[in-house]
Amino acid sequence: MSVPENLRYTNEHEWVRLDADGIGVIGITEHAQDQLGDIVFVDLPAPGERVAQFQKFGEVESVKAVSDLFSPVSGEVVDVNAALTDQPELVNGSPYEKGWLLRIRLSQVAELDKLMSAPDYDRFVQEELGD
Amino acid sequence: MTTPTLRRTPLHGEHLSLRGRMTPFAGWDMPIQYSGIVEEHRAVRTGAGLFDVSHMLRADVRGPAAAAVLRRALTYNVGALPIGGAHYALLCEPDGGIRDDAFVYRLAAEEYLFIGNASNADADLERLRTLARPGAELRPHADSAMFALQGPRALEIGRRLGSPEIAALPLRGCARGTVAGYAAFLARTGYTGEDGYEIVVAAEHAVPVWRALLSAGASPIGLGARDTLRLEAALPLYGNDIDRTTNPYEAGLGWVVDFDDGDAADFIGRDALLALKNAPFARTLVCLRAEERGVMRHGHPVLHNGQAVGIVTSGTFSPTLEVSIGMAYVPPAQSEPGARLEVDVRGKRLPVRVVPRPFYRRERTG
Repeated sequence: MSVPENLRYTNEHEWVRLDADGIGVIGITEHAQDQLGDIVFVDLPAPGERVAQFQKFGEVESVKAVSDLFSPVSGEVVDVNAALTDQPELVNGSPYEKGWLLRIRLSQVAELDKLMSAPDYDRFVQEELGD
Repeated sequence: MTTPTLRRTPLHGEHLSLRGRMTPFAGWDMPIQYSGIVEEHRAVRTGAGLFDVSHMLRADVRGPAAAAVLRRALTYNVGALPIGGAHYALLCEPDGGIRDDAFVYRLAAEEYLFIGNASNADADLERLRTLARPGAELRPHADSAMFALQGPRALEIGRRLGSPEIAALPLRGCARGTVAGYAAFLARTGYTGEDGYEIVVAAEHAVPVWRALLSAGASPIGLGARDTLRLEAALPLYGNDIDRTTNPYEAGLGWVVDFDDGDAADFIGRDALLALKNAPFARTLVCLRAEERGVMRHGHPVLHNGQAVGIVTSGTFSPTLEVSIGMAYVPPAQSEPGARLEVDVRGKRLPVRVVPRPFYRRERTG
């Protein structure tokens, strides 16, 4: 299961990547999409809306079930992945690249310290799978 | 956390080696999916899929009194079933509520096979044992496995691997023969809306028969796609769409209730069902199709002009229609195709429309 080194992770299986322009790109992990199975709808906030760290910001619906999405960081939504409207399966096929969800202007970069590193998240997933 | 020990079918090891994702289902450890629900669903609609349904209850009912025992248990007149035939049937409670739905197969004049839901195996056996009488032997299978081979390529695969009896089977026919060289009970029945077979073999032959069918081109299919397939075909699932609080008429299953055999039609629930048959329906099971994005699911309220009028009994995303579909009990006034309703999807109103049953009907090619 792929866990890229350059991302930070939540225990709800979202990731965030801080880009050079101070914008955070967020999505769900490889493990999350694998657990959900075929994703058929993604409900996301609109640009201009605000999200708060660890608070619900949307839903992802698979054939099997619906799951809430929790934001890894606080800030303002600057961009939404419009491709997911017609191709929600991009989240399954490319969770870290084409299947990104939101771009967010972070209000507190220090919040990233509350997130897991890649090795920590990898261990977290292994423990969850071991249960 | 302690989990009760789950039962395993003779194919459990095959599921693990195919990397099936296992889940508890009616006390059994069963594969929910292998490659993914949508891919598996499409494999059954366009090719051939192979399901392990060994968790289902199978019981032989034999002897001169076999038909009488089954007639007492079932709403369907098993005496009218020709030898080599199969029919859908219901077990009802004295008040007309549905105890289980089942398939009954007649292999010989005094030899039937009863197949019921895994979740109701105890309830079915208790009912059949209560009705037992001299001249009727009840033998639940402890040592068999059951597959469903379904899809437009199922007949070709079945004919290639099966003995001549399988090629001759008409729709809803059953016979003994062989598959991949092993003795098997075969029926041209299923639960997907596709043509195909259900196959029962001895447990010790389950693995070679399973492997032979996969090698012949069938894909392994889990319970996840079994649910989306049966819902597109508008086939009810016991525990969701029908249960002890629903009666056959409101569920659209009145065609399985026979009174034609007169005094012989002395089945459990007969008097209540006769009264229900002649009474107006309070509610009826309809098919709903979403008009917008969103997925209706079991338990979501159905609204008419903002008022709750029913509950979604089954709901999912249809891989064939690429929109959410479901079934729900609604009042007769809202039950006609075209009626506009809403489903309360976690606080959001999803517009839906009543559509004719079923959602999906296969093209009949022969």
